[in-house]
Amino acid sequence: MTQKILIVEDDPAIVVSLEFLISQNGFEVQTAANGEEGEALARTFGPDLILLDVNMPLKSGFEVCQQLRSESAFDTTRIVLLTAKGRDVDVEKGLALGADAYITKPFSTRELIPKLQSILEQPRNSES
Amino acid sequence: MRFQRLIGLFLTGAFLLNYPILSIFSQDLQPSIAPILYLFGVWAGLIGVAALLLEGQNSGGEPPREG
Amino acid sequence: MSYLGLLLTSFSYLALLFGIAYRADLYKARGRSWINNANVYSLSLAVYCTAWTFYGSVGLAAKGGVMFLPIYLGPTLLALLWSGVLRKMIRIAKRYAITSLADFLSVRYGNSTFLGGWVTVIAFVGIIPYISLQIKAIGFGFDLIAQSSGNSADTSSDSTTFFITLALVAFTILFGVRHLDATERHEGMVAAIAFESIVKLLAFVVCGVVVVYGGFGGLGALFKEAVQKPELAQSWSFTSPGVYEDWFFLNLLAMLAILLLPRQFQVAVVENVNEDHVNRASWLFPLYLLVINLFVLPLALAGRLLFPEGNVDADTFVLTLPLLLGNDLLAWFVFIGGFSAATGMIVVETVALSNMLCNSLIMPILIRLPFVNLKEGRGLNSVLLFIRRGSVALVLLASYAYYQLVGSAYSLVSIGLISFLAVAQFAPSIIGGLYWSQGNRNGALMGLGLGFGIWLYTLLFTQAIQAGLFDMSWLTQGPGGLEWLKPTALFGYSGTQPIVQATFWSLTLNLLGYLLGSLLTNPTQLERQQAKLFVDALKLSELNNPFRTWKATATPLQLKRLLERILGPEHTRQALVRYTEMRGKSMPQFLDEELASGDLIQYTEKMLSGSIGSVSARIMVSSVVQEEPIGMEEVMNLLDATQQAIAYGHQLETKSRELEQVTEDLKNANARLQELDGVKDEFISTITHELRTPLTSIRAFSEILHDTPDLPPEKQREFLKIVIKESERLTRLIGQILDFEKLESGKMQWNLEILDVHDIIKDALASIGQLLRDGNISVEARIPEQPLTVEGDRDRLLQVLLNLLSNAAKFCPTQAGRIELSVSAHAEHFEVRVRDNGIGIPEQEREKVFEKFRQLESPQDGKPQGTGLGLSISKTIVEHHGGQIGVAPGSEHGAIFFFTLPIYTEVPTPPFSEEKHDAKDPHR
Repeated sequence: MTQKILIVEDDPAIVVSLEFLISQNGFEVQTAANGEEGEALARTFGPDLILLDVNMPLKSGFEVCQQLRSESAFDTTRIVLLTAKGRDVDVEKGLALGADAYITKPFSTRELIPKLQSILEQPRNSES
Repeated sequence: MRFQRLIGLFLTGAFLLNYPILSIFSQDLQPSIAPILYLFGVWAGLIGVAALLLEGQNSGGEPPREG
Repeated sequence: MSYLGLLLTSFSYLALLFGIAYRADLYKARGRSWINNANVYSLSLAVYCTAWTFYGSVGLAAKGGVMFLPIYLGPTLLALLWSGVLRKMIRIAKRYAITSLADFLSVRYGNSTFLGGWVTVIAFVGIIPYISLQIKAIGFGFDLIAQSSGNSADTSSDSTTFFITLALVAFTILFGVRHLDATERHEGMVAAIAFESIVKLLAFVVCGVVVVYGGFGGLGALFKEAVQKPELAQSWSFTSPGVYEDWFFLNLLAMLAILLLPRQFQVAVVENVNEDHVNRASWLFPLYLLVINLFVLPLALAGRLLFPEGNVDADTFVLTLPLLLGNDLLAWFVFIGGFSAATGMIVVETVALSNMLCNSLIMPILIRLPFVNLKEGRGLNSVLLFIRRGSVALVLLASYAYYQLVGSAYSLVSIGLISFLAVAQFAPSIIGGLYWSQGNRNGALMGLGLGFGIWLYTLLFTQAIQAGLFDMSWLTQGPGGLEWLKPTALFGYSGTQPIVQATFWSLTLNLLGYLLGSLLTNPTQLERQQAKLFVDALKLSELNNPFRTWKATATPLQLKRLLERILGPEHTRQALVRYTEMRGKSMPQFLDEELASGDLIQYTEKMLSGSIGSVSARIMVSSVVQEEPIGMEEVMNLLDATQQAIAYGHQLETKSRELEQVTEDLKNANARLQELDGVKDEFISTITHELRTPLTSIRAFSEILHDTPDLPPEKQREFLKIVIKESERLTRLIGQILDFEKLESGKMQWNLEILDVHDIIKDALASIGQLLRDGNISVEARIPEQPLTVEGDRDRLLQVLLNLLSNAAKFCPTQAGRIELSVSAHAEHFEVRVRDNGIGIPEQEREKVFEKFRQLESPQDGKPQGTGLGLSISKTIVEHHGGQIGVAPGSEHGAIFFFTLPIYTEVPTPPFSEEKHDAKDPHR
């Protein structure tokens, strides 16, 4: 069964690149341009992994992450935060809010897919 | 401040009670009691103003001192 | 009334006074005080009004009209300054236990015994005529009343006055020198004086009212009658030659007298209980003077009208008028009033003079005599008392002698003025001593010597000549025929009357002597120290008073013995009990101490000063204690420290208020800094984000293109297009950051040219057109046809406009976005407005949006947009062009940004550089 990845990111160029890359590697992909849209899509799409930009209009990635983690439906959903700020405080905050991993922009496309795959293979912390 | 006002009053009094202000009355050839009234008037005025200055702001003056 | 009856009345009155004094003393002993009262203090100052006032004023008014007034106007004026001058004198006198003028000057000028003695001599010689005047007045009072009842043959007036003088000696001793007191305060005497002031005022006013209303039917009628007689009417106008000169000098003399007469110093300074009483006295005492003078001129006129032949001495009008009217009771009351005026003056003046004679003249000499052994021997208490009482007798008998020799030939006022001028000689030294720290002992001696010398020569000597004691040729031809040395016209200046030229010369030369002597000689260290203590008296605190220090080489017992010898055992015990109570010690414990503290030695000295004067006290104390004068430096340090502390105290309140303000400001600044810091932190984070976002796409697509060789060509083109676009975005961002840095550091290059704003708008709309079309935003431009020239940098102004337009576009709603661009021309500037139909800017944000790093929240998606630099950069650019930028009111629904630029005229007042001031050439 193909694994589903949801991309939530406001910069259209980055969305295009990510969508291309991830669908290239056999995942089912859907995209959202802001936090609210992403949250809604997460409920209907039921992704295995969400690539979540932190700095977004209407609802930030942190807020979306916090919201989704409070719902049991997303217990097994991996959340990977995507940020261009890359400060330690942001990383810690994201992980504390329940994110599984953190990817800093600009990222290397050559490392992105293996990293996503390894995250998907590992069990979620809450499952153990 | 109060003492400075009193110095001002002193100077005013010295001015009003001396030449040349007083010479006004020597030009009056008709004998009259105007100079007397003037002198006593200024005198009373000075006392009145001094009393106002010194009694009016008793508490606002200098701080009470021991002894 | 018979002579005997009159004598009995007089003695009864004296007994009444003594009763009052006695009661006051008793009252005091029970811890209460009659005289601790501002009104009583003011009344006691009215000891200024003597027989001169009571009888002499009317006499003078009868001859010289208004000329009696300066004697009261001068003190009225000076009293206005009491709250400064007198207060300072009181403060000093209390602090250093000063009990006389001589003591005051001697302490001020470096504890000079010689100066003190000199002052005493001047005061003694100078005041004798004044006291003799009182004796004369009492004498003629007796005569007149006795004559009226036909008893003149009973006894001659000469012997009467002599007996009266003797009685006064006894009375004065009883009043003022019953015992020695450390503080030299005379509670009872002051109470009696205050009472006498009431009696004389009442007597005089009642006499005036009765004579004027009883004899003439009122003031109006009296004046009406007087005006009919030109020789009377002339007297109260200012028409006689030299009248203003007389007026001025009499005012001056009286002004100085009220401060410097020994009896005035006694009641105003020595007997003062509370400094604050001075305030009341400053106006109540002048009021007393005014009231007692109300009937002077009416009585003088009445006398002139009722005794037209001039055969009655005008000085006696106050008594002769009631007698003429047949009102014996009134005459008797007036006599008592005059008796009050005279005895009051005599008692206080004599007490003050005997104090000076004893403490500043006799004791300093006596104490140096070898047979007066200070360390051993019996108490000096009785010796001192004897000297005091002897001094009283000396003063009064000398006055009687003067009256007999010369005084009887002169009017009361002319005698009094001689004394006024004598004490006026103290003025330069006293006033200079209070306010001029440079004034020194040599100056004081020189001034006093010159002034007193001239006084002696021009006044006393003249009187002596006129009394037949010297050859008349001195007066008519001058000494040895030298006209310019004539005592009545010194150096050719005669003035209108002898007193005027004497006043002028003596005071001028006195002042000159004082100034030159002080400036040309150097004071000793002690003088300098005392000068500073006096001049800064009001600034010094009581605690920090470096009067004198003593090396502790005496035992308390020694000091106790010293005190006992002067004060007597009872007063010594009381003084020491006060001392030990103040210090919280018990008496036996205190006397067992091995060494007396410096404090006790100072206390002893102060106690002694009150009784025998500061000079003698110092000598006495130094007989048992070694003196250690404190260094000048130490004194100055103490003074400076005190003054600083006081100044600091004054400032403290202001400072603490300021401090609060500063703290508040600092808090605000700190909060602001923290806010700014946060903003900057956020800004850097934002910049990073903004730079990384395009970089992310560029890297991602570059890698994809590189790693995916089989990518279809249209995909390749699409990806490459994104890469290019994002690269441009990156370039733009970097440019903006650099612009900002340049503007911030002032390194921006401005390429100024004459521009038409139309061109800039056209360019701006062209370059932003694609963005607007993509966002479905319509633009409405309203621009006037006329050329809108401006001098500026084309690229920068374009940048401003683009920034505003792109901001507007960013905030436009996604559907039906609309931007209005309008230009309006005014007299000297034009205004560009950019309006969008977005969510607007709340009023409180309008200032803030132009701050650096401040990002506009784009409310439709909640995310900060851009670098937060665009508006800040625009503001700097517009202001550099001499314009303004802002958010217009009405921006709550759709933001309205505007900026103005000055219109370029051919003769510009350019905002840019100075050199263009020269370029007035219109063809440039």
